[in-house]
Amino acid sequence: MADFETPALTEFQLVPHIKKGSMAHSQTFAAKPEFQEDLGFPGELEEGWEDVAVKKLGELTTKYRGLKVFLDSCVKCGACTDKCHYYLGTADPLNMPVARQDLLRSVYRRYYTFAGKYFPWLVGARKMTKGMLDKWYCYFHQCSQCRRCSVFCPYGIDTAEISMAAREIMDAVSVGQKYCNEIIGKVYKIGNNLGLPEKALVNTLEGLEEDVKDETGIDVRFPVDQAGADVLLITPSADFFAEPHIDGLIGYGKVFHQAGINWTLSSHASEAGNFGMFIGSYENMRRVALRIREAALDLKVKRIVVGECGHAWRVAYSFWNTLIGVGHGGNDPYAKALQQQLDPNYPAPQHIIELTYDLIQKGALTLDKSANDDQRVTFHDSCNVARASRMGTMPGGQFVLPREVIKSSVNHYFDMAPETIHENTFCCGGGGGILTDDLIEIRVKGAQPRMQALMDVVQEYDVNYLAAICAICKSQFSKVLPYYKFPMDMIGSVHGLVSNAIQLGAKQ
Amino acid sequence: MSVSLVYAVLFYAATAILVGGLIYRIRVYARTPVPLKIPTTPAPTTRTGVLFRMFREITVFESLFKSNKWIWLFGWLFHFTMLLVLLRHLRYFTHPVWFWVDLIQPFGIYAGFGMAAGLLGLWARRFLVDRVRYISSLSDHLMLILLIAIAITGLLMSFVPEWRTDIVALKAFMLGLLYFDWQPLPEDPMLMIHLGLVATLMMIFPISKLLHAPGVFFSPTRNQIDNPREKRLLSAWAAKLESSE
Ligand code: SF4
Ligand code: SF4
Repeated sequence: MADFETPALTEFQLVPHIKKGSMAHSQTFAAKPEFQEDLGFPGELEEGWEDVAVKKLGELTTKYRGLKVFLDSCVKCGACTDKCHYYLGTADPLNMPVARQDLLRSVYRRYYTFAGKYFPWLVGARKMTKGMLDKWYCYFHQCSQCRRCSVFCPYGIDTAEISMAAREIMDAVSVGQKYCNEIIGKVYKIGNNLGLPEKALVNTLEGLEEDVKDETGIDVRFPVDQAGADVLLITPSADFFAEPHIDGLIGYGKVFHQAGINWTLSSHASEAGNFGMFIGSYENMRRVALRIREAALDLKVKRIVVGECGHAWRVAYSFWNTLIGVGHGGNDPYAKALQQQLDPNYPAPQHIIELTYDLIQKGALTLDKSANDDQRVTFHDSCNVARASRMGTMPGGQFVLPREVIKSSVNHYFDMAPETIHENTFCCGGGGGILTDDLIEIRVKGAQPRMQALMDVVQEYDVNYLAAICAICKSQFSKVLPYYKFPMDMIGSVHGLVSNAIQLGAKQ
Repeated sequence: MSVSLVYAVLFYAATAILVGGLIYRIRVYARTPVPLKIPTTPAPTTRTGVLFRMFREITVFESLFKSNKWIWLFGWLFHFTMLLVLLRHLRYFTHPVWFWVDLIQPFGIYAGFGMAAGLLGLWARRFLVDRVRYISSLSDHLMLILLIAIAITGLLMSFVPEWRTDIVALKAFMLGLLYFDWQPLPEDPMLMIHLGLVATLMMIFPISKLLHAPGVFFSPTRNQIDNPREKRLLSAWAAKLESSE
C-alpha cells in the first residue's frame, strides 16, 4: 500500500523504546500563497520572519492564560510520555507530548524567560531558526490535538493548545498547511469544507429523500433553508455523501420525522466542521462559525442541533456561546439578539445524540433492536467529544448518552478495554487537521493503539461494527482499518444503527 | 564582613526575590485573559465541584495517580514529606512554638528521609527510563541535585552528632531576622551549606519550573467550570472583534 510498515498488533499495548528521528521525514503539503492570503496570512516567508514569529509567540502568551501557564509549569516529570498514540505508534521521541511542547517551549524560554535568555544551555533554550521552524512544521502536524496528554498531566498541560499556538505562529509567517487552510478557504467561498455548492446540496438531499422513500415507503424529508423551522441542523458536510456518514444523516432525518420535529438544514451554513480551531486562529474560527449565527437569525429557528462530528461538537458546545452567541445566559446585546430567539427549554446548541436520547427516554421513538441483530457493536469515543465537551446534564454524559442510544438500537454491544475508552480514549489518528493523504503514514501509525483495543474485542466478542460519532473518525477508520486487516466497512455512524432500528410508520 | 551578616543579607535578598517574583508571576497569570472554555472533561459543572477537583489535584495528585504510579509514588512522597519538613521548620521562626508544630516534630524529623527517597526515585527515572532521559535537560538534573543536597544536609545535622548545630543560637538568628534584631549565626559548615542551598532554591523558584506550584492553580484545563452553554464567556480582546463589525 505504501512505503512504510503498519505497526504490528500485539498481545497487549506496548510502550516502545525511543527511536530518534523515526518520523522526521513526515511532510504535509504546504498551502499556496493565495490560500494563505484568503485567511489573512502572509503568502511567503519574508526577511526578518524570525522576529515576527517570536513576537507572535509573545503576543499569544498575553492573550491565552493557558498557553502561558503551560509553558511555565511543565516539570518534565514524564507522565505524559507514553500517552500519545503517535508516540506509541511511531516511537519518535518528538511525538511524546512533553517533547512536542518543548519544541515551542525552548523558543519561549530563549526569548521570554530569564534563565533561557542568560543560560540557554542550562534549560535547553533555542533560537527561532529555519531548522526549528521545519521541526515545528513536521511535528506540530503529527498532533491531532486530542488532549489525551492533558488528562494525564498533573497540571493539565494541554499539548493541543501548544500545537494550536505553534500553527498560528507558523501561519503568521506564511507557513500554513494546505489541507486545513484550503478547506477554511472553501468555507468562506462556498459554505462548507467540501466545496459543495447550494445546488448540489439540494440535489443530493432530494436524492436522499427518494432513496429513503424507496427503502421504507415513507416520505422522510431533508429540508433546506426552511425559514421558520424549529430546528436548524448543522452537520459536517461529509454527512451529505460520504460513506458511512450518510447513513447517520438518514438516521437524523428519520428521528426528526418520527418525532414530528420541524427541522431544516441551511445552504449558507452547510458545515459543522470548523478547521479554524485546528490552526489555532480565533479570528478564523469565529469567521467560520459566524455563518451559523447568520443562518440561525435568517431562518428564525428556535433550536440548533449539531450532527455527528467530534471537533465540531467541541467548537459548538464549548466555543459557540463565546464566538457567536449560540447558547444561553448572555446579557450583552450581541448575544441577546440571537438568544432571545432560542427556546430556553433546550440546550443551545444541542447534540443530535442528546436529542435522540431524550426522545427515546420519552418513548417518542419506536426502535426494533433486532433489525441490527447481525451487528456486534463497539463504540469509539471521539477525543473532542470525550475530553473537550459534554452531553446531557451530568459530567461524563458524553460517554453515557451515545452508548444508551446504541443500546436502544442493538442487542449486541461490547465496550473496548476501560483504559482505551471514555476520557482515556485513543484518537482515531486522523483528527486535528491530519486527515489528508500526504500524512497517511502518521495516520496509520497513530491508529495503532485504537486498532489494538479493537482487535481485542473482535477476538473476544466477534465485534463487527465500530460505531463513531465523528466525521473525521469515520473517514479515518474507513481508510486505516484495511491496513490492520479489518474490513473497511466495519466503521459506521451511531445514527446509522438508529436508522436501521427505527420503525417508521409505527407511530404517526 | 562577618558570616552572619552575609547570611542575613542573603536571606533578606532570597525572601525578597521569592516573594516579589511570585507576586509578579501570579499577577501576570491572573491578568492574562482566558478567552475560551477549555476544561479537560469530564469536568465539574459547579464552582464547588471545581474546588473539589483542584483540592484532589493538589493534595493527592489525582491526574498523576491515573497517569503513572511510580512518578506518583515518588512525587507524592517527596511533596508530602517536604510539607512536613517545612512545617517542622516553623519551630525556628516562632516563639513560643505553636502547639501543632510541636505535634508534628517527631514525624517531621524523619520526613527528611522520605524527601530524599522520593527525590532519588525521581532522579533515578531520569536515567533509567529512556523517554524521561530524553526530555531531561541539565537544569532538571541540577534542580534534583539541589533538593537532594538540601535534604541530605538537613538529615546530617539532625542525625549525625558531629554535625549538630547550636539550635538555640540558630533560632535566635532566625528570629533576629524577623524582628530586625540581628544575632550571630552559628558557624557550622553543614548549617552554612544547608542554608546557602535553601537560599539558592528560594531565589530560583520564580524563574524556574518550580512555577508549577502557582501554575497549577491557574491551569484552565483544571480550574474551569464546565458550563459554556449556560454562561457566555467573553474576554476583552475577543469582545473587540465583535464591536468592530
Ligand atoms: S505530564 Fe505534564 S508536567 Fe509532566 S512532563 Fe508531561 S507536560 Fe510536563
Ligand atoms: S494532544 Fe493528542 S496527539 Fe497531541 S501530543 Fe497530546 S496526546 Fe499526542
